[in-house]
Amino acid sequence: MEKYALKVDNVGMKFNLSTEKIDSLKDYVLKSIKREVSYDEFWALRNVNFTLQPGERLGILGLNGAGKSTLLKVIAGVFKPTEGKVIRNGKIAPLLELGAGFDKQYTGRENIYLYGAVLGYSKEFIDSKYDEIVKFSGLKKFIDVPLMNYSSGMKSRLGFSIATVVEPDILILDEVLSVGDSKFRRKSEKKIMKMFDSGVTVLFVSHSLAQVQRLCNKAMILDHGRVTAFGGIDEVSAIYERMLEEDA
Amino acid sequence: MRKYFNNFWRYRYLLYELVKKGIKLKYRRSYLGIIWSLLEPIMTTAVLSVVFGVLFAKDDPTWPLYILSGRLLYSYFSQGTKASLRSIRANSGMIKKVYVPKYLYPLSGVLYTYIIFLISLVVLVILGLIVGCPPTLRWFELILPLAVLLVLTYGVGMILATVAVFFRDMEYLWDVVLMIIMYTCAIFYDTSRLLKSGYSWALTINPLYSIIANVRNIIFGDPFDWDRMIYALVFSAASLIIGTIVFQRNQDKFILHI
Repeated sequence: MEKYALKVDNVGMKFNLSTEKIDSLKDYVLKSIKREVSYDEFWALRNVNFTLQPGERLGILGLNGAGKSTLLKVIAGVFKPTEGKVIRNGKIAPLLELGAGFDKQYTGRENIYLYGAVLGYSKEFIDSKYDEIVKFSGLKKFIDVPLMNYSSGMKSRLGFSIATVVEPDILILDEVLSVGDSKFRRKSEKKIMKMFDSGVTVLFVSHSLAQVQRLCNKAMILDHGRVTAFGGIDEVSAIYERMLEEDA
Repeated sequence: MRKYFNNFWRYRYLLYELVKKGIKLKYRRSYLGIIWSLLEPIMTTAVLSVVFGVLFAKDDPTWPLYILSGRLLYSYFSQGTKASLRSIRANSGMIKKVYVPKYLYPLSGVLYTYIIFLISLVVLVILGLIVGCPPTLRWFELILPLAVLLVLTYGVGMILATVAVFFRDMEYLWDVVLMIIMYTCAIFYDTSRLLKSGYSWALTINPLYSIIANVRNIIFGDPFDWDRMIYALVFSAASLIIGTIVFQRNQDKFILHI
């Protein structure tokens, strides 16, 4: 049996764009009586199929609104796909929106435990990694300060440090490489590179073709929710460059 | 089922953290902190005892205990269901960004208010000692109605949490419903007159009243009313089942509406 790391099987994601926003009971009752509840269907993703072997690094290319972030969120489990399914083998670390679940009234220390729990870590695990997280974030001095007094850079540094403390099998990156100041950025790039070397499977979204070429060995192009190209990085980036030229 | 349980087990620490966060943040930045969960029932009971004591010309020394027991239970039901109702919207930032089993949000809301409620039961013990209804071994029987209360609150809470995602005005509507529930709980009046009148159904269909009545039976040493208890139990179990089904069926749509 083939042991893949990730299998995306005929995934489709449909959104109902309601023509008018209905969120009160009165509106709903009135409009259903008048039969005015109408939705525009919009498929953000359709018929997406691919399989990744362990250690493969896939770059996802596409213009704005092509469905890249939706695809990552489906893979991370935030969205449940309307059709098809995603099978993941192994621990998954979504570095999508760092610090989701941070509470601004909580101190840095409390947020490490809270966010760790949100990511599904156990208390023992966070206890054992606590010092490492604080050290990597470089926020030792501020760790007992409520998060509302943190700058946005400090928040993302803390989020990055917590999210990357696991050794994941699948890593989902959404241009998070640009976290914090240049010193922290170098440090975080180094950490991600180390994960790459340990053979992690990567999904990476970026607008920058150069960055994708540098980090990935496979690539795919999404266009209006459909996969238009999938294959080796060189082959696909050539297609993508042509696509951009045609548009220009 | 097994998968369901494994997933819960994996996120048990998150449930603990969310419950802790609810309790911690409720009283953060207040001087007296958790002591408020004791002071608040004492003060409202004092007011209600005086007002309705004068109104109904009560000179029974256990009257405040009667009010307090009803008031504590009602106020837990009210706060637990409200916390649950708001839980999905309040955590929308998290829901949009990471995968977490969604029932943890209403569950944590119901649980953290329950823990505060259990702490406030200390007041009941103290007042019992003062007015001459000291706790007896029979008070252990309270476990049954209080457990049923938790199930009822969670079941109703899940239904509310689901509906509130799609209709924002549920919060205001629920406030009105809560008021009706409050007046049909017999918190600050004697039930004898109402039970004799033609409106006794208003009390008897209210499962919260059945729970309160049995809590009072225990603390005042009256016989347990099994009919009422079973009614409340069946009602709570039904609300839990309906709540779970409604919530599970709709949870994947939440993200599109918050």
